[in-house]
Amino acid sequence: MNRHLLSINDLTYEDAVLILDTAAELAKISDAPVKKLPTLRGRTVVNLFFEDSTRTRISFEAAAKRLSADVINFSAKGSSLSKGESLKDTALTLQAMGADAVIIRHGASGAPARLADQQWMTGSVINAGDGTHEHPTQALLDAFTIRKHLRPGQKDLSGLKVAIVGDVLHSRVARSNVLLLHKLGAIVTLVAPPTLLPVGVESWPVEIAFGLDLVVAKSDVVMMLRIQRERMADLFFPSEREYSRQFGLNGDRLKMMQPTALVMHPGPMNRGLEISADSADSLQSVIVEQVANGVSVRMAVLYLLLGGSPLSAENSKVLSDKVVI
Amino acid sequence: MSKLTLIGGITAAGQKLNITISGNKISELTIDTPVAGNEILDITGSLIIPGLVDLHTHLREPGKEDAENVESGSRAAVKGGYTAISAMPNTDPVADTAGVVEQVFSLGKAAGLCDVFPIGAVTQGQRGGQLAEILAMAQSAAKVRMFSDDGHCVFDPLVMRRALEYVKMFDGVIAQHAQDPRLTIDAQMNEGEISAKLGLKGWPAVAEEAIIARDILLTDHVQSRLHICHVTTAGGVELIRWAKSRGINVTAEVTPHHLLLTDDLAESYDPIYKVNPPLRNVRDVEALREGLADGTIDIVATDHAPHPTESKECEWQAASFGMIGLETALSVVVKTMISSKLMNWNDLVDRMAIAPARIGGYAEQGKEFALGNFANITVVNPNKTWIVNKDASMSKSRNTPFHGLELPGVITDVFFNGARVLQDEKVIGKI
Repeated sequence: MNRHLLSINDLTYEDAVLILDTAAELAKISDAPVKKLPTLRGRTVVNLFFEDSTRTRISFEAAAKRLSADVINFSAKGSSLSKGESLKDTALTLQAMGADAVIIRHGASGAPARLADQQWMTGSVINAGDGTHEHPTQALLDAFTIRKHLRPGQKDLSGLKVAIVGDVLHSRVARSNVLLLHKLGAIVTLVAPPTLLPVGVESWPVEIAFGLDLVVAKSDVVMMLRIQRERMADLFFPSEREYSRQFGLNGDRLKMMQPTALVMHPGPMNRGLEISADSADSLQSVIVEQVANGVSVRMAVLYLLLGGSPLSAENSKVLSDKVVI
Repeated sequence: MSKLTLIGGITAAGQKLNITISGNKISELTIDTPVAGNEILDITGSLIIPGLVDLHTHLREPGKEDAENVESGSRAAVKGGYTAISAMPNTDPVADTAGVVEQVFSLGKAAGLCDVFPIGAVTQGQRGGQLAEILAMAQSAAKVRMFSDDGHCVFDPLVMRRALEYVKMFDGVIAQHAQDPRLTIDAQMNEGEISAKLGLKGWPAVAEEAIIARDILLTDHVQSRLHICHVTTAGGVELIRWAKSRGINVTAEVTPHHLLLTDDLAESYDPIYKVNPPLRNVRDVEALREGLADGTIDIVATDHAPHPTESKECEWQAASFGMIGLETALSVVVKTMISSKLMNWNDLVDRMAIAPARIGGYAEQGKEFALGNFANITVVNPNKTWIVNKDASMSKSRNTPFHGLELPGVITDVFFNGARVLQDEKVIGKI
């Protein structure tokens, strides 16, 4: 596996499946009374967050701590881009502190790649969301959740129909999910007004639909993206009402869904805009579970990037034994 | 008066020519061995071409002397075979008054390595509103003929119309940075497949082409003279070709980096490839090369844009736009246009010396070798190659996208008004 996780493109098919399999094993830890493994004892993991994201940060923090790593939270909010310390100086500081892995969230697309490529530091770099580029661990946890429900006991997501709905243009979650879901054999449809699809989307391995009604009945997964209200001011859509009418997941559309189909959302949600409360809280919604799975998937990523060898059958047994203890 | 004769050189047309320089002028042109008694410089095997002329240079003085100043920019120019460069007005303060253009002009004189011709701002502070005192700059000691808000587009069509009309008083020219600002808010790179993948905000080709089209029509309407800075798109080339076929007085430039590099380089997120206008795709590069070869694009201009290291050693979005290019321009044009057989050396001399001097109105520059002309001569060994090393740059800045690249054509000597300012690849100080 690559030393860094900057983009889903850093992963082969086998890598991606291995992460999901490892996450499935590690998920057992979360159910044990003592939620801790000694794997990363003595290793230092830094949460370098240039943007506020409490949920992603605590998810990574919990993952690292369950693997016994030392976790340093470095909140660099407000010091991003032109203000304050440069990314380079921050990286050199972290290197001097001996960081084995840096989990970076940054408002600028490509900032994790800069951190990884510039040889400012030697540790692994994990992208926890960069600008409008990618958010690979979110895609991994989404794939993990889908596989668990719809393809239990199988390696990948072959043949599943996934609709990704909303502001694809500005969504790092969408970019990572398109790449990963396609890699794992799912058929992805992007559902958005043309204003919220990037020019160049024609080259993506996806289908496009301009309304949720067209796809909701035949989808195995409906993944809603957060729509930011300020996009209206930039002329991406005329009004919240019009957006919601065409692209929102409301009660009527929920009824059109197959009974086994899943409702997903990476959070935080705008209830009443892209998703209605009854959809978010429905039996088909796995939104809360996505959060729980996030910890397992991030444990797997840290484990595989820092711990080295994959969980062999034997290791896995040891793990299971420990869990029993 | 001492006389120096360059012997063994070959002109761009392929003819043997010995040139004798007396003082600042060419005093003798022979094919045979020259008169004994002269000092001799044997350059057998090298090409002798008129000193190159750049119409688009950022020298950063006054205001950003940590990136470049007139003297260091002049050194880079000489290293790259230029004997004339044109200082863009986006300095601090902006070159929008006779005072500032005269200051830049006199700094160029003081450096004494090449001609430094200031370009004046079109509008006050390059803000796109009120016209700057264009006539005062034209009548100043700097005798400015070209005006540009480069870095910013003259976006308001009425302001552009008035500027085009106003410069007709002295056969001036407006050099437009064609970029619709509304279509390029926060734009980071060419809009297309790569920007979609990288999540970087797109700078669409239409934002350039829409302004080119509008300004061509305005120029036709008021019968003035327009120069399009750094054309980057296939559509832009088409529009200019159409304008020329209609007899509209428009000229255009392309930069060396747009002739060679494409937007996929942004995949590294290394802002060394961040430039405005942005690197485009292969189809655009091919159209630019064709346009330069057939004369639709009149000239090569460097858009030499020095930035300090910290402006590029950062996130892509935080980085400054621009690349240095004076020292690599000739070699990149040789690589893209001559090695590919799209042009010959005569064409190169036209696009890099003769045509730019004509457009800029630089009477003593960009001339064929003739008795009595000022001796502005560049000696190039076309058969040697060199490897670009950013740390060896004469510029104060290091932001070349060509670091480590092997390029054809080594410039060994440059004569500026008869003075040997580059000697065996080394820049010699003041005259």
